[in-house]
Amino acid sequence: MPDNIIISDLYKNYSGEHALAGVSLSVPKGCLYGLVGADGAGKSTLLRICTTLVSADRGTARICGLDAAKDFQAIRSRIGYMPQKFSLYQDLSVRENMQFFADLFGVKPKEREERMTRLLEFSRLAPFVNRRARNLSGGMKQKLALSCTLIHTPEVLFLDEPTTGVDPVSRKEFWAILSELRAQGITIVVSTPYMDEAHLCDELLFLHQGKVVRQGRPDALLASYPLALYTVWSDEKLLTVSQSVTLPHGVALLYPEGGAIHAAIAGEERPATEVLSLVKTVVPGATRAQRTKPKIEDLFIYLLSEQNDAESSPKQ
Amino acid sequence: MNYSIETNDLTKKFGPYTAVDHINVGVQAGEIFGFLGANGAGKTTAIRMLCGLLTPTSGSGHVAGFDIMKETAKIRTRIGYMSQKFSLYPDLVVRDNLKLFGSLYGLNKRDLAARMDEMSAFLGLTDLLPRITGSLPWGWQQRLSLACANLHKPQILFLDEPTGSVDPVSRRNFWDLIQLLSAQGTTIFVTTHHMDEAEYCHRISIMISGKIAAMDSPQALKKKHNCETLLEAFLAIVEGGNR
Repeated sequence: MPDNIIISDLYKNYSGEHALAGVSLSVPKGCLYGLVGADGAGKSTLLRICTTLVSADRGTARICGLDAAKDFQAIRSRIGYMPQKFSLYQDLSVRENMQFFADLFGVKPKEREERMTRLLEFSRLAPFVNRRARNLSGGMKQKLALSCTLIHTPEVLFLDEPTTGVDPVSRKEFWAILSELRAQGITIVVSTPYMDEAHLCDELLFLHQGKVVRQGRPDALLASYPLALYTVWSDEKLLTVSQSVTLPHGVALLYPEGGAIHAAIAGEERPATEVLSLVKTVVPGATRAQRTKPKIEDLFIYLLSEQNDAESSPKQ
Repeated sequence: MNYSIETNDLTKKFGPYTAVDHINVGVQAGEIFGFLGANGAGKTTAIRMLCGLLTPTSGSGHVAGFDIMKETAKIRTRIGYMSQKFSLYPDLVVRDNLKLFGSLYGLNKRDLAARMDEMSAFLGLTDLLPRITGSLPWGWQQRLSLACANLHKPQILFLDEPTGSVDPVSRRNFWDLIQLLSAQGTTIFVTTHHMDEAEYCHRISIMISGKIAAMDSPQALKKKHNCETLLEAFLAIVEGGNR
């Protein structure tokens, strides 16, 4: 199957600073492709180049077989883009917003009504069709923005943090909609600060300071996690462990995770009791340790620490 | 008991619509209280009433010992407020944003200078003082927002989704600071959609359609709903409540 998106060696500078420094990737048709990375890693820049809003300094981006630098008009009619701050018209109703975007994309009136009916049903917004955008909840606004993005039936969707500020129930619903779209064969590229969402993607790209750090299927990436991870429970309420403490020898990473602590051990796996006593030297209230499978969040924290180590070592 | 934040049947109606429906909370000094709920459940309306920005329709409330109906000016000098949308001035340097917010909160020159030094050291912002605010990574801008909200040593910090679009590492660093402030006696009233963060709170409440549907420690809520994570407990409570 042909790849829908092919990015080769993309570079972009903003006033002397690298936003992207040699990014390559390809996304097959119908793939749900996730972008993750620290703040300022280059995710939004990558999405803006793919959507032809910003031109790259070097390298090429081919979307649906078209060159983002030359065929931008043709590309725009075939993609949908939902930026971080999608501008809905607050004083227009749900229906009017959708009609407006349909007109912008030149969707014919008859077709428009059909698609709107389908999208309203699909996004569960039908009961609110006459409500003004201003009076929608955060989750509903995002679903309306997505519906507007879909009104011209794009082949490829680019979504920049679509669920930021959205509650857990609406996030779950939003991702259920994304997987329905994927089932229809739409290619989706989505950035997210939520690592549980990253886990739902077919493929993931970790960006750091404009470079690709890892790329692959979530389960394969997790299999490559090189440390032995343990969950440690503690009586202590204060979980301020990530920055201020000196790590006990052998503990590579120590950080709060939900109601507990995660301790990552370099090298050989060790008995949980041994890990517990190591952690106890800095968190005296620790009571129990158990070997745990890493999640994408753990991988993210590991990759960022690896990058930071790599940056600080040449100076030493 | 003397609460830092206390409400009795606090209610706000907009026309026929009840945004906040008889809520009762009591938050102690130094407590980290997670004020959770679905989008549109009424969290921001409730916070705006507590901050003295919106007059309640009925019920009563006290913040830092002052009446939210009558003593809003006194309340405002004792609280700090920070939200994801709260705008620092992106084209000012970090130092000037601090100066501006310190002056707005009524600090005199000498106190302001001392507090700026103190807060910049505490939040690790000292090296960034001459930088243009808009050029900083988002996580650092959030820290600066926290510094601005905290310059006048408020007894209570209201944080409305402070870590919306912040990556996992910066979020943890941010919560380190929150816990330090709490340990120093600052009351933290925080909303978040990150359920792993809500686990760091001493207690949380979950709001559904204007009402508080659950309120307890994260551990107790997980136990009650027989869930391993707070996310599961949240989904159980909210999805159950909507049925």
